[in-house]
Amino acid sequence: MSGTFVGMPAFPKAAHDAVHNETLRGNLRHATHTIRAKRANAVAELSDWAELREAGKRIKDHTLRHLDRYLVQLEEAVTAAGGTVHWAADADEANRIVADLVKATGESEVVKVKSMATQEIGLNEALEAEGIRAYETDLAELIVQLGKDRPSHILVPAIHRNRGEIRDIFRKEMSEWGRPAPEGLTDTPAELAEAARLHLREKFLRAKVGISGANFMIAETGTLVVVESEGNGRMCLTLPETLISVVGIEKILPTWRDLEVFLQTLPRSSTAERMNPYTSMWTGTSDGGAEAGDGPRHFHLVLLDNGRTDTLADEVGRQALRCIRCSACLNVCPVYERAGGHAYGSVYPGPIGAILSPQLRGTASDIDASLPYASSLCGACYEVCPVAIDIPEVLVHLRERVVEGGPVTREGNKVVLQPAKGHAAERAAMRAARWAFTHPGVLRSGQRLASRTRRLHPRTLPGPGQAWSGSRDLPAVPAEPFRDWWQRTNGGKTEKGTSK
Amino acid sequence: MSSRERILGRVRRALADVGQDDTPYEQAVPRDYLREHGERSVERTVDLLAENLAEYRAIVHRCAEDELAAVIGRLLAERGSKTVLVPAGLDEEWFAATDAERVPDRGESTPHELDRVDSVVTACAVAVAETGTIVLDGGPDQGRRRITLVPDHHICVVRVPEQVVSAVPQALERLDPARPLTWISGPSATSDIELDRVEGVHGPRSLEVVLVSGRPGAEATS
Ligand code: SF4
Repeated sequence: MSGTFVGMPAFPKAAHDAVHNETLRGNLRHATHTIRAKRANAVAELSDWAELREAGKRIKDHTLRHLDRYLVQLEEAVTAAGGTVHWAADADEANRIVADLVKATGESEVVKVKSMATQEIGLNEALEAEGIRAYETDLAELIVQLGKDRPSHILVPAIHRNRGEIRDIFRKEMSEWGRPAPEGLTDTPAELAEAARLHLREKFLRAKVGISGANFMIAETGTLVVVESEGNGRMCLTLPETLISVVGIEKILPTWRDLEVFLQTLPRSSTAERMNPYTSMWTGTSDGGAEAGDGPRHFHLVLLDNGRTDTLADEVGRQALRCIRCSACLNVCPVYERAGGHAYGSVYPGPIGAILSPQLRGTASDIDASLPYASSLCGACYEVCPVAIDIPEVLVHLRERVVEGGPVTREGNKVVLQPAKGHAAERAAMRAARWAFTHPGVLRSGQRLASRTRRLHPRTLPGPGQAWSGSRDLPAVPAEPFRDWWQRTNGGKTEKGTSK
Repeated sequence: MSSRERILGRVRRALADVGQDDTPYEQAVPRDYLREHGERSVERTVDLLAENLAEYRAIVHRCAEDELAAVIGRLLAERGSKTVLVPAGLDEEWFAATDAERVPDRGESTPHELDRVDSVVTACAVAVAETGTIVLDGGPDQGRRRITLVPDHHICVVRVPEQVVSAVPQALERLDPARPLTWISGPSATSDIELDRVEGVHGPRSLEVVLVSGRPGAEATS
């Protein structure tokens, strides 16, 4: 089930298994390459992309620099508009707040909009333990939930499943959760979508409580914004009497006007569309102008820390909090393409997961200590990121942290991390390095960009890899620039040794 | 200590390295990006809206003000709609050419009742040409958000050129964040199954947009 990744093997082990799963790799390759090409076109349409990207970066940085002020302003605005604001320092507290709010309504089932924050805190499982059933309503999340699976991509969580698998899951599992799959269901996407529509509609129409996240919160006005495609978000935000939104504290924008930047960059970066089919914005509880209300009568906003303030305390790493979860970095990452989202052992896969998860959770576990190594430092993620997060820079910084130790903030307290030498993290990192070296395509596609990221590109492996690479030369950096190579080989597809 | 105080305290300590910065927000962020992309005539902007709506598989119709009732009547008939949801503030005249039973948008209607209605007709607040987007703000001629969500067929009337802007920044300027806003670009769609686009998982599977021009008496009232 989604949300919990306890007991995940460290990245190298999980990646090793994934690389040998051919269905998964085929599905992933198809998906990432399709989105990647479309995205480039969507971005090229806007001649001011560089300025939009810079503005997005600056808005987010400014907000983070004054986060305390904007949080208080947001709280006032949401309260003034009829909502109630709750503060949750960690996952347990957030889950308890939500469970109590649901219980207070007397309901035992809720409908959910896909949300990274609620996956991060394992809300579904926490609610289950309190006797509350949470129905995922996004088609892909439904596939994942019915398949007793974990999401593998921020945007297309069931990207690792093909249509035949989806049909089998629907046939087998739908009846357990509600309306069964229609007789004789085939594997055409249209029929599968129709089966999901009927299955979920039954739930929407009776739901009294909806749970969502939000893409943006406007401090000035108290407005929340959810960006989506299917309309399940609109269903959950509109039909229930009570709406509970769980949102990370970093999702604030200071002003209404700031949306003009992100509503242009987010859809193009994520689904490669000029605009996603639906965007909903609501401010507190609404009178809607008519005599009776429009939308939920009760609105609760749960502001979630859960490691975000610790991340904020890291001068290099804090830029990860600019992330707007567009998933563009996943689709260009040569490591993600081969390893798949599950290998990252967290709800945040790919390059952003490799820097966000170890900051939110600390690097105590094997998986978190190995994540900063789950990259070839090729820099493609930085190139596409609409808020210009320098992911390679943060990766190198975190590797150093794992290996050399040093001061970090955990749960608000300054602690000194011990160097990981001879410890689990080192072994994990070593295995990651070895994994990269036994998959030359991964390493090579990374190496090619070295000319553009020279300052980040060591002659020997950083950290624990040093001993290993001390007696071996890393492959020479070829003269050909990354872009040329990318063009010539169709993104590594036709390069010998990189295709499956 | 409450979690509120704890989190705000953590934020302040985390930012201890960040120097005092009193730059007003209006000056902190460069806004040298464009207000719209390219220069277009008013007619061209409306054409672009039509093209982009169609590209995202909305069905676009164009007519003059005095043809609107006939167009709405025809679209409902083609669809075989027997019932149509009508926001309180819509012009009665729009329904002069249809036999479909008019169902008023009422606060007490249950979602199940809405689910039994065949079509819904609304106006809009603004439309964005560059992205092919229509925005509803819950105004009297648009009704509650749920009426454009639950029925399977939505007919949305856009007044051109008055309600059309080129780009997202111009749309936001015209909107009031205090209202419940729904931005719609094409019908409900998913690409979750092997990235094949399929229309309609949850929202209306058919979106028809009528671009209506030539508002009679527009000069007199403006
Ligand atoms: S790090 Fe950048 S590219 Fe990756 S998901 Fe976040 S915003 Fe998108």
